[in-house]
Amino acid sequence: MSGDHHGHHPEPESPAALRARAIESLLVEKGLISTDAIDLIVRAYEQDIGPMNGARVVAKAWTDSAYKDRLLTDGTDAIAELGYGGNQGAEIVVLENTATVHNVVVCTLCSCYPWPVLGLPPSWYKSAPYRSRVVREPRSVLREFGLELGPEVEVRVWDSTAEVRYMVLPERPAGAESLSEPELAALVTRDAMIGVVKVQAPALAR
Amino acid sequence: MNGVHDMGGMHGFGPIPREENEPVFHQPWEGRAYALNASGNVRWFESTSGFRFAQESLPPAFYLNAGYYERWLGVVERRMVELGLATQDEIEARIQQLRAHPETPMPVHHDPALVERAATRLRRGRGPHRPDGAPPCFQMGDAVITKNIHPAGHTRLPRYARGKPGVIHRVHGIHDFADTDAHGLGRNPQGAYSVRFEAAVLWGPDAEPGAVYLDLWDAYLEPAASGGSTELRG
Repeated sequence: MSGDHHGHHPEPESPAALRARAIESLLVEKGLISTDAIDLIVRAYEQDIGPMNGARVVAKAWTDSAYKDRLLTDGTDAIAELGYGGNQGAEIVVLENTATVHNVVVCTLCSCYPWPVLGLPPSWYKSAPYRSRVVREPRSVLREFGLELGPEVEVRVWDSTAEVRYMVLPERPAGAESLSEPELAALVTRDAMIGVVKVQAPALAR
Repeated sequence: MNGVHDMGGMHGFGPIPREENEPVFHQPWEGRAYALNASGNVRWFESTSGFRFAQESLPPAFYLNAGYYERWLGVVERRMVELGLATQDEIEARIQQLRAHPETPMPVHHDPALVERAATRLRRGRGPHRPDGAPPCFQMGDAVITKNIHPAGHTRLPRYARGKPGVIHRVHGIHDFADTDAHGLGRNPQGAYSVRFEAAVLWGPDAEPGAVYLDLWDAYLEPAASGGSTELRG
């Protein structure tokens, strides 16, 4: 990873990139941070800690009803069964979406997000438009994501204002009955686990 | 604090920007800036709440214009100076130097102990439960009303949910209290809950139907006479 920083820069660096490099170089020179610790953290979030983890949790819940019960009762422990946990995920509550209840997650005050199962949040989740609007006009926001919910569906918005982190268990799509757990996991998207879309059936997902 | 970070319910920010196949970090510096405060032996803040308050305390125009990782970097920079790890002049001089000589190689420092600590931190989070704190004042189903408070310091009670009636949906347990923890005034562990508020209570009779759930501590809540969540209060 540190190779990124040794080459020539044909384009002038952005002010933020320069500032980041200045700060890192000062901290490294003073021996206050370890270059390879930075590399390790960057690599972990680029490769190992992302929505594929949450997708495995969802697929297991769809195929194993005892696991689903445990997941909805104590999300943290059930998620730990698959080996996930840690920073910004020490207490995870899982919310089940059904035909009559649709849950969607936000952090209006910053950008709290269940890192161990979903990774770092996408830009839209951290954006002022999403943080400001979804608590006040969730249906309009969901419509922007292409999700139209009928009046019979109760929309519940979860504002992550403390140290509990939320993950949505989306509805299992019809037409996915014959799929294996890994195939199901491949259908599950990050946005469905935040609650702004549904998981599409295989034919539609392509 | 009543800052620009407290965005719930605001108008005027426009449609939600979405990007297909978004990378985790758009530029390498974003990942490195993100990792800075977990890669060393600097105790940047006494608590995560302290880190959040530092973000909220960035100048409002900067907060709104900067991207997430620019804010993150802004906090690290400000904190470096506050903790005496570098002077602002030193930082600016280094920026000038790198701008004039972009080919300057990055210094490298390897410390296996710090790598091990970073790896451990990724795997283990410090859970919020503090069983020895003050027992929760409310139970599931209790009608409560949030206090109308406007503290100048850190708080996790958003403006849109102050002075509003709701119902305890879930008792999370006894958790450290962010408002005091952020300022080094003690962890003050106490009851923490998920509280349900009807959308019409928060946004008025024209609100889209539905409910908003917030995680709140005992210090924000008072008992409501009865069935608070369905009443509209002015």
